[in-house]
Amino acid sequence: MPDVAHAHHPALAHHFDDLGQQQEAATLGMWVFLVTEVLFFGGLFLVYSIYRVWYHDAFVAASHELDVTLGTINTAVLITSSLTMAMAVHAAQLGNRRLLMIFLVATMALGAVFLGIKAVEYYDKYTHHHIPGAGFAFEPHELSRHAQIFFSLYFAMTGLHALHMIIGLGIMTVMLWISWRGRISAEYYIPIEISGLYWHFVDIVWIFLFPLLYLIGRHA
Amino acid sequence: MWSGTPLFPEAASTIAGRVDALYFFLLALSAFFSLLIAGLIVFFAVRFHRRRPDAVGAQIEGGTVLEITWTVVPLLISMVIFVWGASVYFAMARPPDETLNIYVVGKQWMWKFQHLDGQREINELHVPVGRPIKLITTSEDVIHDFFVPAFRTKADVIPGRYVNIWFQPTKPGRYRLFCAEYCGTRHSGMIGEVVVMEPSEYQTWLSGGAPEGSLASTGAKLFADLACNTCHRPDAQGRGPVLEGLFGKTVRLQSGETVTVDEAYVRESILIPAAKITAGFQPIMPTFQGLVTEEQLLALIEYVKSLRGLPQVESR
Amino acid sequence: MATVVHPARHYLNEGYGIRSWLLTRDHKRIALLYLAGVTFFFFLGGAMAVMIRLELATPAGDLVTDETYNKLFTLHGVLMVFFFLIPAIPAVLGNFLVPIMIGAKDLAFPKINLLSWYIYIIGGLFTFYALVAGGVDTGWTFYTPFSTVASTTNVVPTALGIFITGFSSILTGLNFIVTIHRMRAPGMTWFRMPLFLWSTYATSLINVLGTPVIAITVLLVALERVFHFGFFDPRLGGDPVLFQHLFWFYSHPAVYIMVLPAMGVVSELVAAGCRKPVFGYPFVAFASLGIAVLGFLVWGHHMFVAGESVYSALVFSILSFLVAIPSAVKVFNWTATMYKGSVSWETPMLYAYGFIGLFTIGGLTGLFLAAVGLDVHVTDTYFIIAHFHYIMVGGTIMGYLGGLHYWWPKISGRLYNEGLAKLSAGIIFVGFNLTFFPQFIVGYLGMPRRYHAYPPDFQVLNVLSSAGASILGVGYLIPMVYLMWSLRYGRIAGSNPWGAVGLEWTTQSPPLTENFGETPVVTWEPYEYHARVEGHVA
Repeated sequence: MPDVAHAHHPALAHHFDDLGQQQEAATLGMWVFLVTEVLFFGGLFLVYSIYRVWYHDAFVAASHELDVTLGTINTAVLITSSLTMAMAVHAAQLGNRRLLMIFLVATMALGAVFLGIKAVEYYDKYTHHHIPGAGFAFEPHELSRHAQIFFSLYFAMTGLHALHMIIGLGIMTVMLWISWRGRISAEYYIPIEISGLYWHFVDIVWIFLFPLLYLIGRHA
Repeated sequence: MWSGTPLFPEAASTIAGRVDALYFFLLALSAFFSLLIAGLIVFFAVRFHRRRPDAVGAQIEGGTVLEITWTVVPLLISMVIFVWGASVYFAMARPPDETLNIYVVGKQWMWKFQHLDGQREINELHVPVGRPIKLITTSEDVIHDFFVPAFRTKADVIPGRYVNIWFQPTKPGRYRLFCAEYCGTRHSGMIGEVVVMEPSEYQTWLSGGAPEGSLASTGAKLFADLACNTCHRPDAQGRGPVLEGLFGKTVRLQSGETVTVDEAYVRESILIPAAKITAGFQPIMPTFQGLVTEEQLLALIEYVKSLRGLPQVESR
Repeated sequence: MATVVHPARHYLNEGYGIRSWLLTRDHKRIALLYLAGVTFFFFLGGAMAVMIRLELATPAGDLVTDETYNKLFTLHGVLMVFFFLIPAIPAVLGNFLVPIMIGAKDLAFPKINLLSWYIYIIGGLFTFYALVAGGVDTGWTFYTPFSTVASTTNVVPTALGIFITGFSSILTGLNFIVTIHRMRAPGMTWFRMPLFLWSTYATSLINVLGTPVIAITVLLVALERVFHFGFFDPRLGGDPVLFQHLFWFYSHPAVYIMVLPAMGVVSELVAAGCRKPVFGYPFVAFASLGIAVLGFLVWGHHMFVAGESVYSALVFSILSFLVAIPSAVKVFNWTATMYKGSVSWETPMLYAYGFIGLFTIGGLTGLFLAAVGLDVHVTDTYFIIAHFHYIMVGGTIMGYLGGLHYWWPKISGRLYNEGLAKLSAGIIFVGFNLTFFPQFIVGYLGMPRRYHAYPPDFQVLNVLSSAGASILGVGYLIPMVYLMWSLRYGRIAGSNPWGAVGLEWTTQSPPLTENFGETPVVTWEPYEYHARVEGHVA
């Protein structure tokens, strides 16, 4: 017999037997979704890998044009945001609404900082004529064609990542809202947990992007 | 209408017979298994047709021996077909050492042929019977495909790269050439003919001649016109590597890798000189991207090839 | 036997009006929303096929211009592949049946299920827009650099349409995977599931793993076309063949997305049509998984003449032979099931038997293609077209129609006219073979694909093919008529008109919105006909 308290839990959907089944389904669903995201980014990583092997010199030169300082700061920002996210999940598990909301806001703020720095970097690329297309210009000139491929990949990969960050901020806004409305408790915090999974995934993608794009051919 | 309808293509190359043999084997195999399955289905459907509306079938769950048999037997048959297909493919993929080479450029929507003696053809290719012919193909724009059904040969013709395709015609005649990779509006109009001639007729056709002379001599003229000879000197005093005797050799690059000097390498060196710098030389060669057409590239390549037999002066 | 009565309360009459349909969470209603969508796209893509075959009845390109012809075959391919064949069985039959077959009230994520349908429709609208804005002429395969540089048609809207619709497949696959893992009724172990669920599960694995790759690929094509990025353009340093690797990495497994669900349907039809368990149940179940896994390893067999190395060609060749084996195993198992069965000749079963025969022929011609030396001659010709139409049309569509007819009484509560149904099945079978068998012959003769005009000596075979197509078209139209007619005037079906075994046949027809009054507890093996009296009752 299902627990009577759970059977009347407001968050229990009618097609599930109990809250445990619902939460297990949600978790599995998010993991399966993240696998699809791995394959999605994976296609881009494959294209990157091939062209990096073929056009190594151009990739080194182009990579050196990226701002490693800003990239490192962004990496630190995102890793910290994963920390605040994990603390948000922890707060939810403890049923601490106030702390949960504080950490959600912190995560979102760090995410916004990341996007802000990215915007600065993109603008910098624009002023240096490193945006692929008609206005592209790169020195030395004979590496220009292949450097354009590097920058195409740079914008495609970081752009896709940034889009996922923006979606992540949207998800966090929803999480903030439902936390504020009191719908999260020690008994039912699965939305926070699976949002956390998504956020950590986006962080991990960046942890791969950073060395692959910013650190080609750089030595200590 | 019926009388003019062929049901099987002509076989006019040395590989065609091998392809057809595999085809007939597979036809027989397929006919056998299709008729077997279809026959069994029809037989069982009739023999065990439901007589009473509530009748059920026998409770048979399976049979492991049967499962293993009908897994292993198709596997073995498949491996036979694999080996057979692979062996035919190896023959197709490896041209003999001595071939008559002809350059092919595909573009929307025509085939341009360039014989070494300088003759140019459009959509019609003359070749002698009984000799292995190697086509060195490239595209000027999108991907095309060089397909002669009678020879059973086919290869995609790709922009930015050279693809070789070889065949040895066995019968004189005219054989249809199709483009077999969709390439835009007039894809189905990109057709032509390969004209296979007796050797004596082919000689006559060849001596009809070409006004500009051989492909290599066209290349030699270009080499001078584009001032390549100011850096690539035969006496090793130039700022670029010596090209005499170079084609076909292996060179060491600045990066430490080695590369073979083939058609693709020569083409890349003209269009993107910085991509592979020979060890010991400065990266000062300008690019000729946009300054030479695909056909001019072929002429230059033939010129460099023609220097192959010459003794190579030691480069520094 | 008691008079069969149409149930008073069921999912179709629980709520009326457009909002109750467009905002439904009920997997059964969503299945019908998909049915409307896929039927529309099927006939739209079919209309293009009619135009193509009309043009090809004469050697000269005299019915439409070459530009129009190129757009016709492109859209025929795009609509049929992405908007009919990939979604049809999973999103119509799968959505309807998966929860009922495992004893659940709905899928794991009903709202995401509805979202999937909206995504499908939006993707379809993008593609429809591309059609009315002048069409697209790249072929459904979008090979570069033609699609990124040379084509002057609506490539980007079509690419975006495919990109968007891909997420519909991904979410449906995700939903099925979680549902099958987490929502099986008490007692429903993996090996007590009907084989349709095994096929659906294997299909869903391919959906979630493969579709993201086509998504990124068409996105890159769109980016390249708009921003000139240079991934696939040799003038900018890109590699056009890289596109083909990315494209076929998804598009080969995609053909298994198209055929595995049909195989699942056939397993159900054969079991019910012979009233005995499918022979070798575990082997058929594992064969589904085997096809899904091996299907990811063979994409290079589409590129034997495209410039891949000799050695990779050989690897792909041998793997392609391996992937044929599980399919062969299934065919043998289905055939063996008929031995000592109580074999029905009703319409759904006729479609199943037709599937087995035609799929066998289509699959055997796959062996011709896996043999590299032979593929060189026949690739890019009508031989290939015949091969995949035998599998997609002779296989998948027959499986789909068989399933639609089999579960129609469950979906609608009504029976269709059996005489007309058998007639249509026969017309389809004859029309299909007449359309596509001559294409094997004209393909080996050397007639290339995507040709608007062809040499006159190919005409006879083309005329036969076009004649077959007109018969096939009629065959497809007739079921539309009698199925719609049955909704109003068909005989009441009752819960189990076939005398079949399976959880879906224990519910009323049409089912309740919540499917089951109380959650079933499963204590029997699948297809236990010998133990039944009337259906299978807990």
